[in-house]
Amino acid sequence: MTDLIDTTLTGGDIGHPGVFEEVEAAHEHPEHGPTGILKWLTSTDHKVIGMSYMITAVVLFYIAGVLALVMRLQLASPTSSLLSLSAYNQLFTMHGSIMMYLFAGPFAFGGLANFIVPLQVGAPDMAFPRLNALSYWLFLTGSITMIMDFFVRGGAAAFGWVAYAPLSEATNSPGLGGDIWIMALVLTGFSAIFTGVNLVATIFYLRAPGMTMFRMPIFTWNMLVTAILILIAFPVLTSALVMLFCDRHFGTHIFTVQGGGSPILYQHLFWFFGHPEVYILALPYFGVVTEILPVFSRKPVFGYKGMVFATMAIAALSTGVWAHHMFTTGVVLLPFFSLLSLLIAVPTGIKFFNWIGTMWRGQLTMKAPLLFCIGFLIAFLMGGITGVILASPPLDFFVHDTYFVVAHFHQVLFGTAVFAGFAGLYYWYPKFFGRMLRDHLGKWHFWLTFIGFWITFMPQYVLGLMGMPRRVATYPTNLGWQSWNIASTVGAFLIAAGFAVLLYNLWISWREPILAGDNPWDGHTLEWFTTSPPPHHNYLHLPPIRSERPTWDYNHPDAPTVGHGKQVRPRPGTPGAPALVGARSGEGSNGSDGRSTTR
Amino acid sequence: MKIESYFLLGVAAFFGLIGIIYWVTSYEQAGTMMLIGSCFLGLLPGAYYLFWHRRMGNRLEDRPDATIEEGAGRVDAFPSSSIWPFVLGLGAFATVLAFAFGVWFIFPAAALIISALVGATLESRRGGTV
Ligand code: HEM
Ligand SMILES: [Cu+2]
Repeated sequence: MTDLIDTTLTGGDIGHPGVFEEVEAAHEHPEHGPTGILKWLTSTDHKVIGMSYMITAVVLFYIAGVLALVMRLQLASPTSSLLSLSAYNQLFTMHGSIMMYLFAGPFAFGGLANFIVPLQVGAPDMAFPRLNALSYWLFLTGSITMIMDFFVRGGAAAFGWVAYAPLSEATNSPGLGGDIWIMALVLTGFSAIFTGVNLVATIFYLRAPGMTMFRMPIFTWNMLVTAILILIAFPVLTSALVMLFCDRHFGTHIFTVQGGGSPILYQHLFWFFGHPEVYILALPYFGVVTEILPVFSRKPVFGYKGMVFATMAIAALSTGVWAHHMFTTGVVLLPFFSLLSLLIAVPTGIKFFNWIGTMWRGQLTMKAPLLFCIGFLIAFLMGGITGVILASPPLDFFVHDTYFVVAHFHQVLFGTAVFAGFAGLYYWYPKFFGRMLRDHLGKWHFWLTFIGFWITFMPQYVLGLMGMPRRVATYPTNLGWQSWNIASTVGAFLIAAGFAVLLYNLWISWREPILAGDNPWDGHTLEWFTTSPPPHHNYLHLPPIRSERPTWDYNHPDAPTVGHGKQVRPRPGTPGAPALVGARSGEGSNGSDGRSTTR
Repeated sequence: MKIESYFLLGVAAFFGLIGIIYWVTSYEQAGTMMLIGSCFLGLLPGAYYLFWHRRMGNRLEDRPDATIEEGAGRVDAFPSSSIWPFVLGLGAFATVLAFAFGVWFIFPAAALIISALVGATLESRRGGTV
């Protein structure tokens, strides 16, 4: 079925995104599309797809979290026999792979972005709705493939989430586990690429009139830049994995020394993907934070353009620094990569400055979304500082492959994907479902997670400096490592308790809903203008778009219009009704029954 | 579309520059190739957009003073539901399973993929709305 989005009141230009009043369509064509499971299987609505992405990603986060707890239990005692050595290897591989490839990325660019970006630019849907659906199905089947890995003969892949050759070659990692791992990532890799294409096309082509590029919300900007990074990085990963598969099965020797291949080549390919991947995971979450801080400080974002250019600078530099993961191989150019890696601190610092500037002298509303943002800021600051340490080769030579690195990347990743991710969940949940998450439970969730986070990861810095290597299941008893490890394990269980509070919060919001209304936070950006949850094809009316926060302008007609953080000019007149762009006549032309748009 | 095209051309310029620096300082081929590839990723669509921008000027979404009313008219045809992405996804799933578990998975895979392609094409055809 096809929806013909037509806005006919003033009969303007063809081909422009407009906005529509759905009156007519809604009355004349009562709902009779596919229902139940069939509705889910056939939906091409970006909101349904985005929600499916988020739910799937959170389930995967749960699975990977359970794996982490099992590993932490093992490490609580130096000679624990809970897990065999090979089982431990499988667990950290699967934990890392699921967290990186299936949770942190897809939750942001498949889930949040899918749901929010079309709303923020005033579009009826993503540019390619069926491609969007395909992305989700590839992601879901890829995730199922990844989980299948546990159940095949020989067990799951055990070569780490980076799958370095020659360890991942057939001689060292025989068995189905490795093959299935590769195939899972081929599927999800295509899924990410398609989503990237879709986001770029949506942002370039489906913005509402007046929504110029430099009026787009920062979240949308960050998603645009992330999408470009995805298009640069993921094809390289997918091709590296295909080459690896050929090495394993078709007798090529691309990455094996014996046949004249080069293992270092694998590292180049992998990290050309892998470092941008870190920013593919981070930038969307930076965007989330940049949406929440202004709203909860009741101020426009500080330094809008600075934010946009800092995002671009971070993304650009991130693609030039891949080989800092290869310092200890001794074959890469140290000054080039070290310099670029350190330079990344500059735009990141600008962002930090602007975040603080946004909150500065604002009327802060200490609700769960803001708390999680502050948690993010602190965690990310810590992870960033230790990152600068690691970017310096002499220090990296000292702590490479120790728990120092484990602590560093967890602080960065947890800070972004978990703290900022949950901030986004608490912030947009009312938009998703029209009901609130309970704030006091949100605070419990926050404090458990926050305290647990420090107790889990700070001891790991100490362990790293004491010399404990990563990826070990047992360790010597006489080095004083155990007490630090126990602390870390306790912290992990606190985090798990926090997650349980979140689950309860979600459950109770279904049992005893607290209705949210359309705009509970007095939001700034366009998505808060429509109903919660938004109707099919998103908008019945749009406000005039005259600044980077059209909804706020509309709701506060007396306040001056704000452009890019500065007050540019007083608002001309008071706005009347939101501009109605006329009747949207939808003709369900593509199915059998000539049915309408509004399902 | 000016900003959009400058954005992409900026991607191209950055990678072109870094690619050259990287090549002359390291003579390492893999990284150079990837950087040059990324340069083209920005160059091709960026140049294409610039071409169209020159021809058609500012669209409504590029004009800061455009009003919502001006955007009235046909937006586009959007599919509201379709089973074929799901079928195609299953086909892709079966294809990768063929690599892992055995060639015979190719048969269901081919059946699914072909039916999805045919189905989706006919679906757009019959619609005739675009
Ligand atoms: C819920 C709290 C978490 C705990 C308790 C935890 C715990 C662990 C543990 C014990 C390891 C194995 C370390 C080793 O033996 O070398 C590990 C590895 C890893 N974790 Fe986590 N983790 C958590 C959250 C996350 C998150 C949110 C992410 C990413 C978004 C993540 C990504 C990784 C990665 C990439 C590895 C490395 C796997 C490898 O060595 O190949 N973890 N984690
Ligand atoms: Cu890196």
